[in-house]
Amino acid sequence: MSSPIISVSPAEAVAVVMLLALVIYALFGGADYGAGVWDLLARGPRATAQRELIAHAIGPVWEANHVWLIIVIVLLFTGFPSAFSAIMTTLHVPLSLMLIGIVLRGSAFTFRSYDNSEVGKRRWNRVFSIPSVVTPMLLGAVIGAIATGQPGRALDSGLPVPLFATWLRPFPLVVGLFALNIFAFLAAVYLTLETPDPELQADFRLRALVAAVVLGGVAWAVYFLARSEAPQVFQGLSDSPWGRPVRYGTGAFAVVTLAALSLRWFRLARVTAMVQVALILWGCALAQYPLLVPPDIAIGNSAAPPVVQTLLLIALGAGSVILLPSMYYLFHVFKGHTFQLSRVSTDDPR
Amino acid sequence: MKSMPLLHKINLDLKDGPLSFIGVFVSNLLAARLQMAISLGFHILFAVVGIALPLMMAVAEAFWLRTRDPVYRILARRWARGAAILFAVGAVSGTVLSFELGLLWPHFMKFAGPIIGLGFGLEGFAFFTEAIFLGIYIYGWDRVPPLAHWLAGAIIALSGALSGILVVSVNAWMNTPAGFVLQGSKATSIDPPRALLGPAMIAETLHMTLAAYAATGLLVAGIHAVLLLNDRANPFHRRALAIALAVGGVASVLQPLSGHYAAQVVARTQPVKLAAMEGQFRTERRAPLRIGGLPDPVAGTTRYALEIPGGLSVLAYNDPNAEVVGLDAIPTADRPPVRIIHVSFQVMVACGLAMALVSFWAAAVAWRSGRVPDGSMFLSATVLISPLGMLAIEAGWTVTEVGRQPWIIQGVMRTADAVTPVPGLWVSLLVYSTLYVFLGLVVALLLARQFRASPRPDEIVAASTPEGAH
Repeated sequence: MSSPIISVSPAEAVAVVMLLALVIYALFGGADYGAGVWDLLARGPRATAQRELIAHAIGPVWEANHVWLIIVIVLLFTGFPSAFSAIMTTLHVPLSLMLIGIVLRGSAFTFRSYDNSEVGKRRWNRVFSIPSVVTPMLLGAVIGAIATGQPGRALDSGLPVPLFATWLRPFPLVVGLFALNIFAFLAAVYLTLETPDPELQADFRLRALVAAVVLGGVAWAVYFLARSEAPQVFQGLSDSPWGRPVRYGTGAFAVVTLAALSLRWFRLARVTAMVQVALILWGCALAQYPLLVPPDIAIGNSAAPPVVQTLLLIALGAGSVILLPSMYYLFHVFKGHTFQLSRVSTDDPR
Repeated sequence: MKSMPLLHKINLDLKDGPLSFIGVFVSNLLAARLQMAISLGFHILFAVVGIALPLMMAVAEAFWLRTRDPVYRILARRWARGAAILFAVGAVSGTVLSFELGLLWPHFMKFAGPIIGLGFGLEGFAFFTEAIFLGIYIYGWDRVPPLAHWLAGAIIALSGALSGILVVSVNAWMNTPAGFVLQGSKATSIDPPRALLGPAMIAETLHMTLAAYAATGLLVAGIHAVLLLNDRANPFHRRALAIALAVGGVASVLQPLSGHYAAQVVARTQPVKLAAMEGQFRTERRAPLRIGGLPDPVAGTTRYALEIPGGLSVLAYNDPNAEVVGLDAIPTADRPPVRIIHVSFQVMVACGLAMALVSFWAAAVAWRSGRVPDGSMFLSATVLISPLGMLAIEAGWTVTEVGRQPWIIQGVMRTADAVTPVPGLWVSLLVYSTLYVFLGLVVALLLARQFRASPRPDEIVAASTPEGAH
């Protein structure tokens, strides 16, 4: 089952793929939420231009970016069925609300492209952008709530399932804010590379800088609240041998991103911002390892039989053979320009 | 490995929830079943169009590439717009369903997840492929070479069908569970490929895939038939009608055959469901085929039906003397609600036969005249039957799902044992119902706006030159 050199069970490998899918969802799908935030906050003389740039940037990749979430869910219920049913039972309310947000913004995003009236377009814009703010907060709250161990303990208590007490607490809500901030930050960084217009680029550069600074503050708030609210995650991040390098690494990439944004090295900023966000998620996941739903449900005791995990891994491998080239083609066609733009703009003396 | 019966620790009496007063009218189980039914009934309409419309737009684009007739290009683009709107709603309502499996039926998923998850996993990849190439298709008209663009359309059509087949295979497993050994309440010796290729898999996926092409093809044919009634020579609608009729007609003519096969599989694997479909209360030889009629579960008979003696025995087992199991074979408490099932089944069959009839008509006219059929009588008939495919699909799913009750996994797990202990589900039911009614209205409105106006002559001229094709 596990090779003597790297001892990774099939279940652990599936868990790693699940985390990878979640990170990619945050980096791509997350940025689509963030773009919705900037759509809602579009102000000033270039508000319309900002909105158009956002719609143009996310249109072609929108549906594909969304599928990563479904992959996470499918891996969770196939590979770790008792973790899945525990989460779905104890966090029923925020997940249901999140889904309403997903439905509203997903529909409205397409409706506005096909509604020719000005009033209609504006109305759909609202239905797209407001849930784009609320939905990631709920997603973050769900993840934050799991980390506190409250949902797991609610199950263990044997009492009726509470509707709100598992997640309507300071720590999950701050993690919700954290998720929203991360997504808005990523979107602003990506959007600097989507336009040749220097003024629009400056708009999103400013937004990216503000979001990056605020993100630093929120990250500290999460870290300090974790000490009492999610002690397991806090200990992992503060005391474990890998905790320090992960924290310092995240900080270093944050600083480089800020510097790159200041110097208008947008392509570098995009890479470092992505690494920074990926490190945050890997760090939090490592801190909780091997638990999926603390305090009791872990990878080991919730895993489906090894044959299921192995088949899942084979299916994932086979699927990737089709998926990765297709994905490359999609991004090559529609995001290829973002690799040239930055070269133009950095050469551009301003 | 230690098993953790965490969820079994919750012994929640549903009547104790904080919103218990509504619970008097709608039990949590009923609320969960209704929410699932509404979610599936809503999603299936979009999923079906998502399977068949891409095939039609790929056919139209293939004609454009071969003939360079600009009307075909406009047609592909128009249909692609419809596909984009419907795909978006289908994608999000499908996401809701993947969560609802756990939000409403956590005990079911805890048991079934490892057994059927592989099917959902493969479906995830098919859906991924569909989403990627839809992006390329919709936004790539002028950005990728023509052949690559057509290929993207063909891939959407293919992966859409595949993704439907995989999801329906999972449903087939719920009807004819296989690929595991039940030890107590736990599944052991799990064999996911065998679970996916269960006894009902071929019958259900064949019937549903044909249904998707039949319903969408004839629905689209109906839309273009309406517009042709007032504008008989319009080249745009004539070509659209031809493609839609070809796709919908072939599927509609084949569908009764696949239905017959599916019924024989149901007779073999789920005899009680067949009894409910046919309103057959008594186990007997020479069972009659009932056309119409209303079952009376209290009296144990089906009244007002036209009965063909021995008909059911022949259809189900190819033998007039074959014994057909009746509802009396199982205790009253374990019988599915026969009235809904029998009536839904009759509705589905009637719709399907009407569609097959109009399709034969179209074929006969096209065969004799060598042209797209455009008589007023024919066009009116096409308009009349155009919504029947979707109605048949809803009715058919009612038969499949309600016919399996009280089981969520036939013979293995009861629906009542699968439902979530979370209280107050009627709130969720209310919110999702409202949301879906609202979305349904908006989609109908947007599509009506897209397809009401025929393309203008200058649009066709513009599309015929490469520079103007933007």
